[in-house]
Amino acid sequence: MRTYDLVVIGGGSAGLAAALSANDNGVKDILILERDKELGGILQQCIHNGFGLHTFKEELAGPAYAERYIDLVKKQEIDYKLNAMVTHLSDDKEIEYVTPTEGYVHIKAKAVILAMGCRERTRGAIAVPGFRPAGIWTAGTAQRYLNMEGYMVGKRIFILGSGDIGLIMARRMTLEGAIVLGVAEIMPYSNGLPRNIKQCLDDFDIPLFLSHTISRIEGRNRVNQVTIKQVDDKMKPIDGTEKVFDVDTVLFSVGLIPENALSEEAHVNLHRRTKGPIVDESYQTNVNGIFACGNVLHVHDLVDWVSLEGAKAGKSAAHFLLNKIRQEGHTIEMVAGDGIGYIVPHKVNPANITVALECMFRVTRNAKNVALAVYRDGELLKTIKKIHLAPAEMERIMLSKDDLKGCKDNIKIQITEVK
Amino acid sequence: MYDFLIIGAGVSGAIIARDLSKYQCRVAIIEKENDVANGVTGGNSAMIHSGHDPKDGTMKMKMNIRGNAMYDDLCRELKVDLWWNGAMVVAVGEDELPGLHFLYNQAKERNIPCTLLNREEALALEPNLSDGMIAAMELPTTGLVSPWELTIAAIEDAMNNGVDLFLATEVKSIDQHPNYYEVNTSKGSYQTRFVINCAGLFADDIYHMVSDSKAWGIQPRKGEYFILDKANPPIVRRTIYPLPSEKGKGVLVIPTVHHNVLLGPSSELITDKNAIDNTYDVLEYVRREVGKCVKNIPMGENIRTYSGIRPTGTTHDFIIEEAPDATRFINVAAIESPGLASAPAISEYVINEIIAKKFDFALKTEPRIERRPWIIINRMSVEEKKAIVATDPKFAQMICRCEHISEGEIVDIINRNCGARTVKGVKRRARPGAGRCQGGFCEPKVVHILARELNISPLDVLLDGDDSILLQGRTKG
Repeated sequence: MRTYDLVVIGGGSAGLAAALSANDNGVKDILILERDKELGGILQQCIHNGFGLHTFKEELAGPAYAERYIDLVKKQEIDYKLNAMVTHLSDDKEIEYVTPTEGYVHIKAKAVILAMGCRERTRGAIAVPGFRPAGIWTAGTAQRYLNMEGYMVGKRIFILGSGDIGLIMARRMTLEGAIVLGVAEIMPYSNGLPRNIKQCLDDFDIPLFLSHTISRIEGRNRVNQVTIKQVDDKMKPIDGTEKVFDVDTVLFSVGLIPENALSEEAHVNLHRRTKGPIVDESYQTNVNGIFACGNVLHVHDLVDWVSLEGAKAGKSAAHFLLNKIRQEGHTIEMVAGDGIGYIVPHKVNPANITVALECMFRVTRNAKNVALAVYRDGELLKTIKKIHLAPAEMERIMLSKDDLKGCKDNIKIQITEVK
Repeated sequence: MYDFLIIGAGVSGAIIARDLSKYQCRVAIIEKENDVANGVTGGNSAMIHSGHDPKDGTMKMKMNIRGNAMYDDLCRELKVDLWWNGAMVVAVGEDELPGLHFLYNQAKERNIPCTLLNREEALALEPNLSDGMIAAMELPTTGLVSPWELTIAAIEDAMNNGVDLFLATEVKSIDQHPNYYEVNTSKGSYQTRFVINCAGLFADDIYHMVSDSKAWGIQPRKGEYFILDKANPPIVRRTIYPLPSEKGKGVLVIPTVHHNVLLGPSSELITDKNAIDNTYDVLEYVRREVGKCVKNIPMGENIRTYSGIRPTGTTHDFIIEEAPDATRFINVAAIESPGLASAPAISEYVINEIIAKKFDFALKTEPRIERRPWIIINRMSVEEKKAIVATDPKFAQMICRCEHISEGEIVDIINRNCGARTVKGVKRRARPGAGRCQGGFCEPKVVHILARELNISPLDVLLDGDDSILLQGRTKG
């Protein structure tokens, strides 16, 4: 059985950045396993621009952003396999993958980076009532049909959920000649980036119905109508608030779920809130030598942060292989306080923090003119003023080595009022 | 001229066709949908009940008990998955104990294996039974089967052995002649000596094409369900029944042969025989009721909802008889629960007790062509996988990431005598789209494979029914 130093599962934005970073840090025996027919992952179907503002200081389309990493992977001669789906992963890092050229292959890895990305929540998962005809897709599937396969999925569209893919698809379908009659969002605020609300809905006069959900889908063979209703503060639809739209297509953009079937098979512990692995400051999971990054770890808002996280995981995997991850010292917990959904990494050994620790997290509510308070073992360490916080946007806080010094038990972050 | 024309390709019609194919006779099945198992058979609890529940002396009781005993042979011969997972009937609260004891005594009298369990004994077997559960009855001879797999396998087997299948063929009228029937359909007329009416929800409508009888009718009764994702460990291993009420068997927690869990069904009389929709209030009802017997149900792991419609008879029993007013016209009607469990016994009864009195059966002399089982890569050993990939690399091109289904498996289930013609048809046979992503990743690939194998444009690929076109045109230049 062939043993690789490092196997990266997934050749999307996280996996590519991780492989490149591991390579830069001295790992030369790397294999990327990608299940699609090309590298780049979901970026390849995101033909709109807006990628890379932080990383490259310019706005790129998804495939162009991916290409920069793919070119580097090829230049560095990092080995990769396409149409290669990992079917099994064990906690001793044995991998079964399958490709049409090689069949079923068994390999072993000294280190594994999980970079499988996420999947979309579906109509079925949220149990939207009505019929189950043709014309119902997740926004991402419609995007694949449109941008990669060259097919229109419908002509009159309603979209449930104001996630970014849904917003992008509202604009894309409109530009392609379809009529988007509206977007309904069950929350009282949008789940998409503000720039996407402006550029994808407002600019095309597409109405956004906040605190609304689809209460019924009609159509025996093909969708012919949707009914939306306003919801109360318990998200229960309110009778008498119906609005009816004659449409042939309903798209769902109602959330992303990290794709962790392989992680679970390898006994990787998952976090209740993120649905991704629980990782430490090295992005290492509870399973020795298995790391995670990108949307399989937690769902990001910008690809730039995915690449950044991939690079950190890749570097850590290199350190692991070179025995440079310190085992001594103690572990502190990163605690999500009031208004914070979760913090990645979930736990930290300060001995491995050379310069600073970057904490990534999401807030659970919209807030204006507040502060993020950081507590060390219950004592206020610092506060950071925030004009605006939204669950749609990922937040980052840098903690210096000094900030962590002397911490015995935990670091807590929470939203506080500004006096 | 056919000897037997079966109307309806659900599980009853399929198994009758398959059993008739053992004899020297000409048999056809006509089905109004464009695939088999697409009505009542495609929307139920996928269970083989033990036979403890139907009322004494009913056809339901007789057929259920006999059918249950026939399932091992049937599934072995057809090479279909069968799992005797067992069941528990759960009593919640003291006032349900008499009902539990009644069912226990009834099962005992019918020689159905059963054990009464106190709370601790029941919890030892099923730790997630609810806090209100005070006693239970275990029924080990309760099983699970995929109604799609069973029905499709029976039809494949029947077709291998000479039965004709006509899909998308709707019966419009039936002319009764002295020695035969002329069945007029949307695609021409068929002459047959016997008509076997297995038309499910529409069996009364079909019967009324030759009769004015008001002896029975079909009342559609809808059941709504949730489907939960696979879980390890599963929430329950056995099927969990509440105590039945006048409305039916109640809301169950039902594992499946594919290790999902079904929650349901509800039970509402409806008027529209095609109304397979889900409704907010009923889904909420199922959500509430299901917690009565089982706790810790991970509702967040729901991947789909569906509904099925039972063809409840106005007589509250199966109607399995030659019509008193139409000779050689056999009604197999009102086959609601426990219809799946009863299906092999119903076929046996129809052939031995009804048809044999009017038809001289002679077994075929040529050897039967056995049904080839579906190819399931995910269950193969390393050596078996290598061997099959050597025959065709498509078995190493993964299409479905949730259920690990290869292109080779999908191509195989399209290119069969009763092959898949639609995206749902592929899903019912090979299961891409049945997993947690619900086809989000694999559907575009399945559309392309269907188009290629059927030699049609992707723009003509159907989700399910004849007007269920998926794609609505090419993108701009």
